[in-house]
Amino acid sequence: MSQNLPPDVVLKVDDLSVVYRTDRGDVKATANVSFELRNGEALALIGESGSGKTTISLALIRKLPRNAVITSGQILYQRNQEVQDVLKLSNRQLREFRWNECAMVFQGAQNAFNPVLNIRKQFEDTAQAHGWTDKAAVRKRALSLLQLVRLDPERVYDAYPHELSGCMKQRTLLALGVLLSPQIVILDEPTTALDILTQRAIIDVLNDMQRQLDFSIIFISHDLSLAAELADHVATVYAGEIIELGGVNDIFYRSLHPYTHGLLTSVPTLDHAQDLLQSIPGSPPNLITPPEGCKFHPRCAFADDICRKENPALTDDVGAHLAACWHKDRLLESRKARA
Amino acid sequence: MSSPIIELKHVYRSFKTGREIVPVLQDINISVNRLEFLCLVGESGCGKTTTGKIICGLLPTSQGIVEFEGADIASLRGDNQRRFRRSVQIIHQDPYASLNPTQTVSEMLSYPLIRHKLAPHRRGVLQRVRELLDLVDLTPVEDFIDKYPHQLSGGQRQRISIARALTTEPSVIVADESVSMVDVSIRIGLLQMMMDLRDRLDVTIVFITHDLALAKYFAWDGRIGVMYLGRLVEIGRTQQIIRDPQHPYTKVLLSAIPDPDPEKTRSKQHIQLRSEDIRRLTELPPGCSFHPRCPWYVDGVCDKEVPELSVPFQSEFDVEVACIPLERGAELALHDA
Repeated sequence: MSQNLPPDVVLKVDDLSVVYRTDRGDVKATANVSFELRNGEALALIGESGSGKTTISLALIRKLPRNAVITSGQILYQRNQEVQDVLKLSNRQLREFRWNECAMVFQGAQNAFNPVLNIRKQFEDTAQAHGWTDKAAVRKRALSLLQLVRLDPERVYDAYPHELSGCMKQRTLLALGVLLSPQIVILDEPTTALDILTQRAIIDVLNDMQRQLDFSIIFISHDLSLAAELADHVATVYAGEIIELGGVNDIFYRSLHPYTHGLLTSVPTLDHAQDLLQSIPGSPPNLITPPEGCKFHPRCAFADDICRKENPALTDDVGAHLAACWHKDRLLESRKARA
Repeated sequence: MSSPIIELKHVYRSFKTGREIVPVLQDINISVNRLEFLCLVGESGCGKTTTGKIICGLLPTSQGIVEFEGADIASLRGDNQRRFRRSVQIIHQDPYASLNPTQTVSEMLSYPLIRHKLAPHRRGVLQRVRELLDLVDLTPVEDFIDKYPHQLSGGQRQRISIARALTTEPSVIVADESVSMVDVSIRIGLLQMMMDLRDRLDVTIVFITHDLALAKYFAWDGRIGVMYLGRLVEIGRTQQIIRDPQHPYTKVLLSAIPDPDPEKTRSKQHIQLRSEDIRRLTELPPGCSFHPRCPWYVDGVCDKEVPELSVPFQSEFDVEVACIPLERGAELALHDA
């Protein structure tokens, strides 16, 4: 292999673009996306519905719908200093890659289990499909994982899905996700549609799991609070592009992109003071005919001629904190003026 | 304070499903004051939507009465009933399901105007439709008036739902999770518009949500009522409840919610529940329905008596709480987790 990755990088996505072919035209769902995922880190992809965050994650495990075409890019995956391009894997290699190397926990745990099989059978089937046939060993591993997600392992292992509550199913699903010790776990909206107290339980379990098992997380969410709580790095996705990427504190306290900033000022908090909120005017663009230049410019207060003509690249003027905006200095200045 | 516009008195509601009878609401007492911001919050299944439907008269109560301007709505007939129907409107949660896909915006908004004879003639109806679209900021009106729902974004659809609720010039609107389905970046705009409409049109809005932060924003100068398993467990001034919640359930909720601020949310103290299981409505425990999970549970009290809403003993606060130890003036002491 010609590619070399730093030893702690498990995944490097480079210039990834995905297009959905539809009757109405090509939907540019993901455009020139690049990012790295390090060992043991949690990366949050935040964005609104239709921003392309799920498309990015489906591309990572090559589970895109049939009408999707990957038009550019590479996805480099590293284990034990061996690097492979996920986009070049054969079908057989892909089957190995999925779940063994990179597992995905989909949104809506209610529907993820087969209702006519008990949990034990679903753990065993998963293991067997990946060449692990020793049922006693599977059981041992499964029970320890169910314990880790704070369930009563013996009871849950022999239960049918309908016997478990939504929270228990979600936790069982997390345990199943890491059954084969993948290096990467992708979580799609892991707490959406769950009750507040259930969300808290899931967040606590995820924190525990990450502390005790060695894996990296990519999680997709529209919930900024969840990113604040769980992520090490945050990528803001807008109209199919990563428009800002940085450490969680960089993003939340020193955002450089007007869209990220706008999202942050439109989320109510539980502070004891009154929130002064402002929503972003307009609505996200149509991705069949996205606007020219910066895709955010029709909604942006700073937009001028260059924004309307040229799309800014994701660049790093400030350390490892990247933003795709022609006017990064504007937010910096306004922050300085306030300080 | 003026007399309440809507008052729920000892309202019970249960539903029959097969052999079971599910008690969805138990002994709900709420007064909605004219022009106040009132939020009902709670997790799914707590009965907040049922309460909203009962307020609008869309569901009858199983027991108890609902009064609109002092009159029992079940006894209203003829003109009085029509006036109540016009005066109290609801905005549903899902703008994808609540608009008829085969009707244009203009058809949807004209129908109630014609049905209730609120505009004199065709031109008058059209004129009113344009005013309504203008009110909900769907301008230029020409761009929207002949559109079908599928041609509109989620936020725009929800504005149509709001405009439709406004057609009958209501004095009360129940907004049931009305911004939950729209994206974060446009949610606040919708909310601000609704708060604005209250001032411009004198409508009282009862806002129902599962999101306490949203409730805080909407009802900052109003009140929040917290529901749990079919009962109201705490109700009072929003700022008071956010700053210093009294009921154990409210305390637990507030401590569990993540904040959009990394440092704050990671250093937050979470109160541990005694049990994570949520009881089914058909298997409610005796006594306080929160007691199996409550970290402040008092043996022999909470599992025996059903608490009623009351002002905590010697409290200087303007809140009512349904918790027997608090009512008796006990300091809440955490069980060892």
